[in-house]
Amino acid sequence: MKRTLTALAVLLASTAGAFAEGELHLYNWGNYTSPDMIKKFEDKYNVKVTITDYDSNDTALAKIEAGGSGFDLAVPSAGYVGIYAEKGLIQKMDLARLPNHKNIAPEWVDVSWDMGREWSVPWQWGTTGMAVNTKDFAGDINTSGIFLDPPAELVGKINVIPEMSDVMALATMYAGGKVCDDNPEVMKKVRDVLMAAKPKWMSMDYSTVEKMTNHDYAATVDWNGSGLRARLANPDVKWGFPKEGFGLWMDNVVLLADAKNTDNAYLFLDFIMDPENAAMLSAFARYANGITGSAAFMPDDMKDAVELNTPAEFADKGQFVTVCTGKALDYQNAIWTELQK
Amino acid sequence: MAKRSFAVNDLPGFATIAIIVFLALYAPMAVLVVFSFNAGESPAQWAGFSLKWYQLALQNDQVQAAAITSLKIAFAAALLSTALATMAALGTTRRKNFKGQTFIYAMINQPLMVPEIVTAVALLLVTAAIKKATGYTGLGYLILAHAAFCIPFAYLPIRARLEGMDLALETAAADLYAGPWQCFRRVTLPLLMPGIFAGAMLAFVTSLDDVVITEFIKSPGQDTLPTYMLGQLRRSMKPDVNAISTGILALTLILLTAFYLATRTRKQPGA
Amino acid sequence: MSRAEQAASARSVRAGWWLSAPALLLLTFAAVGPLLIVLIYSFLTPGKYGNVEWVFSWAGWVSVLFERDVFDDTLRLADANLTIFFRSVKLSFITTVLTFLVGFPTAWFIATRPPKSRAGWLFLITIPFWTNLLIRTFAINQIIRNEGVLNTILLNLGVIGAPIQLTYTDTALLVGMVYVYLPLMVLPLFATIDRFDMRLLEAGYDLYASRWRVLWRIILPITRPGIIAGSILVFVPCLGAYVTPRILGGGKNMMIGNFIELQFGQGRNWPLGSALSMALLVIVTFALLAYVRTIGGDRRNG
Repeated sequence: MKRTLTALAVLLASTAGAFAEGELHLYNWGNYTSPDMIKKFEDKYNVKVTITDYDSNDTALAKIEAGGSGFDLAVPSAGYVGIYAEKGLIQKMDLARLPNHKNIAPEWVDVSWDMGREWSVPWQWGTTGMAVNTKDFAGDINTSGIFLDPPAELVGKINVIPEMSDVMALATMYAGGKVCDDNPEVMKKVRDVLMAAKPKWMSMDYSTVEKMTNHDYAATVDWNGSGLRARLANPDVKWGFPKEGFGLWMDNVVLLADAKNTDNAYLFLDFIMDPENAAMLSAFARYANGITGSAAFMPDDMKDAVELNTPAEFADKGQFVTVCTGKALDYQNAIWTELQK
Repeated sequence: MAKRSFAVNDLPGFATIAIIVFLALYAPMAVLVVFSFNAGESPAQWAGFSLKWYQLALQNDQVQAAAITSLKIAFAAALLSTALATMAALGTTRRKNFKGQTFIYAMINQPLMVPEIVTAVALLLVTAAIKKATGYTGLGYLILAHAAFCIPFAYLPIRARLEGMDLALETAAADLYAGPWQCFRRVTLPLLMPGIFAGAMLAFVTSLDDVVITEFIKSPGQDTLPTYMLGQLRRSMKPDVNAISTGILALTLILLTAFYLATRTRKQPGA
Repeated sequence: MSRAEQAASARSVRAGWWLSAPALLLLTFAAVGPLLIVLIYSFLTPGKYGNVEWVFSWAGWVSVLFERDVFDDTLRLADANLTIFFRSVKLSFITTVLTFLVGFPTAWFIATRPPKSRAGWLFLITIPFWTNLLIRTFAINQIIRNEGVLNTILLNLGVIGAPIQLTYTDTALLVGMVYVYLPLMVLPLFATIDRFDMRLLEAGYDLYASRWRVLWRIILPITRPGIIAGSILVFVPCLGAYVTPRILGGGKNMMIGNFIELQFGQGRNWPLGSALSMALLVIVTFALLAYVRTIGGDRRNG
């Protein structure tokens, strides 16, 4: 017993204390940060970077709100930046310390959740749409009807990622509404459409890249980066932009209010706004970034990828998927629960 | 006496079922190991033998750190929870029922009965407050939390074992003037060992697999293998994860074999 | 009771408490204590973006059983919640029974090997579980997929003409669940069977009992503590399981675990999540106590 206690004490002592200098703690989505880029940063500035993963905006928010998290930077999705700011969890950035700030692409500077970009910088952005195996279905894939009113060839072979906000956004736009709509007539239609479609789906699962590559199912709601990866592994898979309206999202880096390594954080923020480094990020996760000039450094298979370059005909059909509140959230929750029960 | 055509402890079909179970248990493991050598990225097609995922895994600092953290926590938590569970089992079994016994039993099994997300959120609030107050962000929180929910997993096999033990041996020892501590160390404990062993293994395995609670309480740089993989779930799993798992499996086998051999040679002759 | 007996009995009770104390202490701080927080949260109001507002409300508890239809505002029984609950109970029950049917022979087998090799067999059973749950589940999927190992072998042997659709079926899910929870049944069973006195079996056979009777009348009753322990260790965690159902079952239908997690996540209704958890805890505790009381019976030795 004594030996156990001593062993335990030694173990605890050896793991205590992360108080060293030259560190940076990044809190990010899993499998979303290029290890090569991190290495480049670590070597350049002699800073040790730890990356800790989360798998949902809400988990991240809960942890950071609870306090004492120990992180310096986090990467919430667009809608959450405002929430973080409202709750006083992030600090305004001193733009004088970010010379690369001018590299942010003009269309991403004045965004609805952060005009002028003083609270966040772009990490990566993407769209939500349809990935379809064209061997099974040769018709028009640029529609949410693929999963909401499936053609006969695809019935029973469809997957829908269980991401409530993205799926509800697509369904609402299909029903003629807007993201976070609180019109009961529209939402009733959304519910009916979803409930009618559900029996025709095969599953609600996240591992789309693997499953589309292996042809476990023929079509899925997906994010464009995953669609790209699936296509690169299986050329039959093509990407569709739902013409009724498709989802847009962007993940942004924020500086936490209680960050301990602010100097290193600024170095990092500036670092990722350099076009070459932003391209490294994109090459890893396969999503577009918001930095001008990075296109020159992108890998070839991404430069002209249809997934990353929205065709002109759909240019204004994208709507940002934000965080719904109030009655809109109630509708979403009720419909989602009924959908999944 | 009628001649029996079977061994006393042979029950029909049991051996067959057991063998099938072992085979079925290891089939996915075999697939895992085999595909960790698959040259192709897709787990569906075999594209030739390759060690590239192992190379990738060796270069992937994050996943290695996660694996090491997992093992550290699991060892510490299993040790702690088994020790505590053994004591608790001794305290609640083979005695006359006393008033608080059902209460203790309920307390010990409580972690089993609540979905992890709930404990996770509650622990988040508690540990966040402590972190803010003390600034300590080491592995201690995770180890204690893991040990706590591993207790029922260690407790139940130990208790089951204890209940089936014959008091006669301990009474005999006492009759031979053995003191209570001696009796415990020389008679009870050795007899209890299979139960303790079973309990420790369960606790270790349970801690290794925990995702939700770790996800919520972890501090920077404290990803465990499950939380790392949970993060991967949303984007595709890289096959180097297969390589890591095979690596851990191999390491475990080596450790266990060494442990097994070491304890075997220490056995007294005739035991 | 004589004075000496009373004193001994009191000492025994005290010893019982002292021995249990360290475990209870850790549990109070790391498991039970935090539950109080959850209980409090179940009586609060949901915050706009998750978390809670410190305003008292019954809404969390009411939503456990009743829901207000979003469209016409009528109050009615929350059949979604009940469906989800009974689905989880059914799955857990079947999994427990299956793991018992498969686990008992396995435990018996291990316990009847030569004593020196038993530890080795135990290792063999637990080694697969040193791999992460997610990986194991994906590995199972690899085998049962349409183009997976099983179907490929059967197709090549000519046993079937077209691949059997196993993914996302109930069969796949049950296989996965039994696979995941098997050691939790086998290890406690082993712990009791290992101590079983085989001479009792001899006695039974000498009295002309058939093997079936011996099993039913001698073996099962004596291994009852192990059966109880194993059943609890499988059934209860099974109730809260959601990873395996999601990956192998297709994720189209929620289990209680998913449902509660949703409230703390995208659903942003922590009070409801808290109330649901408390309700689950109460139900399970009562069920458990009832089970142990009736099946456990007296705890005489042997």
